[in-house]
Amino acid sequence: MRERFRRIFQGAVYGPLFFLLGVSTAYADWELNMTRGVTPISHDTFDLHMIIFWVCVAIAVVVFGVIIYSLYAFRLSRGAQPDIAMVHSTKAEIIWTLIPIGILVAMAIPAAETLIKIEDTRAPDVTIKVTSYQWKWHYEYLGDANDPFVKSNFGFFSNISPESNRARQLGSGIDVFQVDNYLRDVDKSVVVPVNRKVRLLLTSNDVLHAWWVPELGGKRDTIPGFVNEMWFLAEEIGVYRGQCAELCGRDHGFMPIVVEVQSEADFAKWVGENGGAVGGGPAETPDVVEGTVAAAATGGGAGSAEPVDMELSFDDLMARGETAYLTNCSACHQLNGQGLAPAFPALAGGVITTGALDAHLDQVLNGKAGTAMAPFSYLSNTDIAAIVTYERNAWGNSTGDIIQPSDVQAAR
Amino acid sequence: MSHTADAHHDHHAAPSGFKRWLFATNHKDIGTMYLVFALVMFFVGGTMAMIIRAELFQPGLQFVDPGFFNQMTTMHALMMIFGGVMPAFVGLANWMVPLMVGAPDMALPRMNNWSFWLLPVAFSLLLSTLFFAGGAPAGGWTMYPPLVLQTGNAFPFLIFSVHLMGMSSIMGAINIVVTIMNMRAPGMGLLKMPLFVWTWLITAYLLILAMPVLAGAVTMLLTDEYFGTSFFNAGGGGDPLMFQHVFWFFGHPEVYIMILPAFGIVSQIIPTFARKPLFGYESMVYATASIAFLSFIVWAHHMFTVGMPLSGQLFFMFSTMLIAVPTGVKVFNWMATMWRGSMTFETPMLFAVAFVFLFSIGGFSGLMLGITPADFQYHDTYFVVAHFHYVLVPGAIFGIMGGVYFWMPKWTGHMYNEKLAKIHFWLSAIFVNVTFFPQHFVGLAGMPRRIPDYATQFADFNMVSSIGAFVFGVSQLLFVYIIWSCVRGGEKATTAVWEGSHGLEWTVPSPAPHHTFEVAPEVP
Repeated sequence: MRERFRRIFQGAVYGPLFFLLGVSTAYADWELNMTRGVTPISHDTFDLHMIIFWVCVAIAVVVFGVIIYSLYAFRLSRGAQPDIAMVHSTKAEIIWTLIPIGILVAMAIPAAETLIKIEDTRAPDVTIKVTSYQWKWHYEYLGDANDPFVKSNFGFFSNISPESNRARQLGSGIDVFQVDNYLRDVDKSVVVPVNRKVRLLLTSNDVLHAWWVPELGGKRDTIPGFVNEMWFLAEEIGVYRGQCAELCGRDHGFMPIVVEVQSEADFAKWVGENGGAVGGGPAETPDVVEGTVAAAATGGGAGSAEPVDMELSFDDLMARGETAYLTNCSACHQLNGQGLAPAFPALAGGVITTGALDAHLDQVLNGKAGTAMAPFSYLSNTDIAAIVTYERNAWGNSTGDIIQPSDVQAAR
Repeated sequence: MSHTADAHHDHHAAPSGFKRWLFATNHKDIGTMYLVFALVMFFVGGTMAMIIRAELFQPGLQFVDPGFFNQMTTMHALMMIFGGVMPAFVGLANWMVPLMVGAPDMALPRMNNWSFWLLPVAFSLLLSTLFFAGGAPAGGWTMYPPLVLQTGNAFPFLIFSVHLMGMSSIMGAINIVVTIMNMRAPGMGLLKMPLFVWTWLITAYLLILAMPVLAGAVTMLLTDEYFGTSFFNAGGGGDPLMFQHVFWFFGHPEVYIMILPAFGIVSQIIPTFARKPLFGYESMVYATASIAFLSFIVWAHHMFTVGMPLSGQLFFMFSTMLIAVPTGVKVFNWMATMWRGSMTFETPMLFAVAFVFLFSIGGFSGLMLGITPADFQYHDTYFVVAHFHYVLVPGAIFGIMGGVYFWMPKWTGHMYNEKLAKIHFWLSAIFVNVTFFPQHFVGLAGMPRRIPDYATQFADFNMVSSIGAFVFGVSQLLFVYIIWSCVRGGEKATTAVWEGSHGLEWTVPSPAPHHTFEVAPEVP
């Protein structure tokens, strides 16, 4: 703590100094300025930002300079006599109306040029449909048989990483400084090729959200019932992080975005591994190989590609169930299963979770109309089996039921 | 006949006890009630800000649930905007407008009473939702659907209290317009009115035009929720964005409703302590009117990221940039008023000078936000939070505080404690910057607003900001103490109070008697 305070003191002294000198990256812990980003648009935006910033600084130096001089020179204690005849000057009024208008026109021209470029979404190389949910993202790569990369549609959900999700719980006791990319990490990243125009089609399943990765330049809202467009062309390979930027309810702060920009070869390989290169038919995302049980529970894909005759032990189901529950259910029903009255009922001792198994599976697979309970049929059979097993045997629930993927498949 | 005469006499009897306040029709009593109410709400909203800053002191969740955090940000804004800043300005108008134009009272005293007493009802309803199962509204003060429709039991309370606040504001505004138009003393021509009266006249028109739009927007939310309409539901042929357009058509004029009266106050204070008339009086009036007009054609700059057509974005970018011109004229005029003056720095002047500096910083960041491509990066980040707190705290609230120190001797008949007041000023002025300046940095570095927890690279500046907020918050207790002790006693104030004071309000005794200007004064 003492160390933190010392750094803060340093920052308080150096921060404004560096800012004024424009040495924005000199002190990495004290990031002061907008990122320059890795796309042509983010570069243009950064340049506009810096021009208007320096224009403001210049005006401030003149205006504040005159006022500060006045505060010093024209004080009663220095014997200043008020010039009470000085009440109006048409010439001054005209000058200080025209000069700002000139500055504004000079600013408006490059801003309009950049804006026109931003809105030009024509001729994309890759198109990804982004759908926002409370509180996760779904990405669907739109394929075409003639497309050089994506031959057919495929998609997946992207949730906050389990490590961040555990650490961010109220009173988790986990030091968030020890969590890698705390709140800026996901279980499955969006992958795009470098130097290619990527167009996003953005919409929402429930409320408004906004998709924003600062390095890729700008954000755009996702609106239920409407499709918005934006595009970016990343010029550098790397991993870029952002998060939802429009208040979307309780867990607005916990829906990160991670974009991996890869070489074309790596991207093509990734598409192949994720099902998009397979010609014909609706693609399914193969689930991760069983074994690292908990780590695989990512909600990463629909599960029919997974063997349904697999048998898991109770302990494996509970371990995987805990992680999958954390990712998919805990935002509403809470980590401790107590829910949040009145909208989100408690699962600990709940009617459904301790009642008939069929009704429980039905609720998870199909949701409940008229409530916030969404259908989760897109999760793999294994994840649903693990979640239901976990819900029926955690927090003092003791049905002793063990649900296998085959049971889930049968209930679909 | 005799009955009527008796009633007339009763009007002049001094009412006492709670009836004096409950049945108040006197503009000074109602003004006092507005100001006290605003002060209470300022502390209620301030307490919520302290909870927000405590949670944001460090990354990770330490104190509150994210849902409760959202309730705090939502309620903080509603309390401060509708409970703090707006009633404070109406209170100042109630006290000072009749005194400044030489009127015996407000034109519509009974309506004045009602417009005040609606407010405690509205805010009791709204604050009671904090104790509901499911909690208070948490969808942001902007009430965007579909999120706001998830509110639960607090939802109808939110809508009804917003309706009540709107009624209160509209009636208060009508009263001010009628008073200014009809009750000026002979010789008080429109272009002789003090600038505070002018800015309030224009603000009152903004209120009358803007508040019904808000009422319409929230009524449509109500019918969407309970009566099966689909104004904002795409599934039924509506559009969630229409709410944003309607809301900001109210919301942007609302921004100026919260700053124009502060412009007026500063334009009274600076000439007084520079001992020199306001420079460019007429251009100040025209600049205020231009800002008011422009405020109705710039609303969509609050929603650049929703995906508007290019032509719409260009129009709103250009119109937004234009606002810098009349705003600049005002700052230049204040600058020229100080130039070759003979200044002293009593507390009202300190607040006014700080206003000019810090409001300008808020204006600069506003200009930056108006550049649409740059706004795509700034939008919904802490840069925006820093921007509007710069115009609202050292802008609107410093204006109010300066006004309170400026006119308090006239209200109470006592001088406030100048030494303590200066300490209050310096604590406020320093720590408002410690609180909000670092928020520019975290916003530019990519921290979104309205989040209860943040990535670790934002930790250091957030801690600085929280420390600033705690000290700023605690300093305001000193303000309450200074007001309290000034009401109780202190050095006797003269009629003119200030050496450089100028205007009708400084010709009545201090404290101002319960009834003033029963005979219209001579306007020099």
